[in-house]
Amino acid sequence: MAEVDIKNFNLNFGPQHPAAHGVLRLVMELDGEIVERLDPHIGLLHRGTEKLIEHKTYLQALPYFDRLDYSAPVNQEHAWALAIERLLGCEVPLRAQYIRVLISELNRISNHILNTTSHVMDVGGMTPLLWGFEEREKILVFNERVSGSRLHMAYFRPGGVHQDLPRGFAEDLLAFVENLPRVLDDIERLIVGNRIFKQRNVDIGVVSAEDAMAWGFSGPMLRGSGVAWDLRKSQSYEVYDRLDFDVVIGNHGDCYDRFVVRLEEMRQSIRIIKQCLRDMPEGPVLTLDAKVAPPRRGEMKRSMEALIHHFKLYTEGFHVPEGEIYAAVEAPKGEFGVYLVADGSNKPYRCKIRAPGFAHLQAMDFMSRGHMLADVPAVLGSQDIVFGEVDR
Amino acid sequence: MAETGVWTAYGLPLAIIVLQIFAILVPILLSVAFLTYFDRKIWAMMALRRGPNVVGPFGLLQPFADALKMLTKETIIPAGANKVVFLLAPMVTMTLSMVAWAVIPFADGWVLANINVGVLYLFAISSLGVYGIIMAGWSSNSKYPFLGGLRSAAQMVSYEVSIGFVIITVLLCVGSLNLSDIVRAQEKVWFAIPLFPMFVVFFISALAETNRPPFDLPEAEAELVAGYQVEYSSMSWGLFMLGEYANMILMSALTTILFLGGWLSPIPFAPFTMLGPFWFILKIVVLLFVFGWVKATVPRYRYDQLMRLGWKVFLPLSLVWVVLTAGVLVTFGWLPTTH
Repeated sequence: MAEVDIKNFNLNFGPQHPAAHGVLRLVMELDGEIVERLDPHIGLLHRGTEKLIEHKTYLQALPYFDRLDYSAPVNQEHAWALAIERLLGCEVPLRAQYIRVLISELNRISNHILNTTSHVMDVGGMTPLLWGFEEREKILVFNERVSGSRLHMAYFRPGGVHQDLPRGFAEDLLAFVENLPRVLDDIERLIVGNRIFKQRNVDIGVVSAEDAMAWGFSGPMLRGSGVAWDLRKSQSYEVYDRLDFDVVIGNHGDCYDRFVVRLEEMRQSIRIIKQCLRDMPEGPVLTLDAKVAPPRRGEMKRSMEALIHHFKLYTEGFHVPEGEIYAAVEAPKGEFGVYLVADGSNKPYRCKIRAPGFAHLQAMDFMSRGHMLADVPAVLGSQDIVFGEVDR
Repeated sequence: MAETGVWTAYGLPLAIIVLQIFAILVPILLSVAFLTYFDRKIWAMMALRRGPNVVGPFGLLQPFADALKMLTKETIIPAGANKVVFLLAPMVTMTLSMVAWAVIPFADGWVLANINVGVLYLFAISSLGVYGIIMAGWSSNSKYPFLGGLRSAAQMVSYEVSIGFVIITVLLCVGSLNLSDIVRAQEKVWFAIPLFPMFVVFFISALAETNRPPFDLPEAEAELVAGYQVEYSSMSWGLFMLGEYANMILMSALTTILFLGGWLSPIPFAPFTMLGPFWFILKIVVLLFVFGWVKATVPRYRYDQLMRLGWKVFLPLSLVWVVLTAGVLVTFGWLPTTH
């Protein structure tokens, strides 16, 4: 008798799948339950963001950045604002820098809550997600208080932030971050020591430090593999160099390490927020350069010059001198960068967005191969993929 | 005269049996309905939510709203499915979870069929339960249900083995396969105390047997979406749900009978010992609470880990306990005397 050809089982995972984190489509080749090949198909959320940005003024392009990684929107705006400021040579007032760091870290917590708890959900634990979401909801309310919008904040503007913190904000935020570790403790006690959770995550999707760098990982994915690389320390921007916090790294580079790194990063963010609230000086929150930032309303009533500036800024926008720049921030998911080419007009000539999730997703096959079907959601969960930024 | 003879000989007993069946099935279906509510409330409280609270007082009418919704939806049968098997599968699941109740004693003498092989009957019925899932997984002619069905078959077979050995240890201590006798044998001490490890193994296997977390792999949402239920809709899906919940109650009842003294009162004197069914139901409810508790707390096992637990941990453990129990019983002359 002839040898029997055993055909592998092809499985289409997504784009409509509860664990696909948006619109990911994975075409998997399974040998029984073992993943032989895994092919991520992306592009289902492609909106042409980069092209659209070329047709908007610099300020109008800003809200597009909220819509990239929609679980921590301001961190993307941050990179955009930094790129423009560096081309303009614009000074950001100290208070605005503190506010930026504060809000960025708040949204880092929000993102990590979303990711860690949904990672637990991906391996079957239902409860922590809802515990985390209660805290996340509070963060979104803080977002709303500061910018008027819960998610797509459009708060970081070139030259500073849109508005100062509202009255009572600092006190409420301090009370919130004082309480947050208790919720994190609860989640940790339920999950981190849980044997089933460990069995599902330890030694799953192991990435060595060399591989992590070769695949272009950044953020918790890289730190989980033991590389102490954090743009907030290594290429410090804003006031991060004045703040005291630790870079959290893992040892083994498996899903479990990445999970724990994110949990601990939340505690570091709490530290940063407390320091920001303590050290924040008084002062303006938007640059006083009237060629970049619009004048305050009261000033417009009195000064003809301010009125003209206002008119020019809201009809034409500001012009950015010719040049190119790469500005990156440590977004919750990793290094989020903006490569901006300006041609001296009021619109960017080209804007290339470097999304961390895109680099992480390309390693999906490498990380999942040889593991079981049930490990794919765990690996995916530990990658912290959001399709807004992968597909752009 | 002859007609009356037939009536008294067959008709009346038949009518009584039918009435008895209804007297069991209706409360069970009702408790299944409220178990869904109970479960959702437990998960909600664990997750710091409110749970169903809109339909009726405290949301108590939620199960009926759900049932009404399911009944009014369209039953979708995929074009590629094997129609007969596809529709048969939920019926099989539901029916099997109902017929098992025939041998369950609710109190001393309160049992529909007091047969002497009650345990074997239950074992047979619960083993058949896997067919509903395999049929559903195969007949859907779709990949996720197929994987779910395969997993389920392997899982149920594996855990049946250790359940079997656990039951044998109990039987050794009782000397009868009759469920009422098993309960009566626990008048001095509930088997959960001397056979504690077996109690734990049995309860965990019951979780696996009913596809509850952490063993809900056949319907693992994060991997298989809903496993064998993917292609089902409306009441055909509802029957699976009802069957699953009825099975949960059944396994809790079985645990109660085998280990927690069935209808026996924990307070062993007069006014309390009269309340047999009350104690029985209370014990079941406590176990069902644990079912919900576990679901809200633990992540899901992976397929191979589940198999390892079944074959490499539970099977040797229960085997050793069978030998140990038998040895102890023989050595000390505690073997139950045959009646």
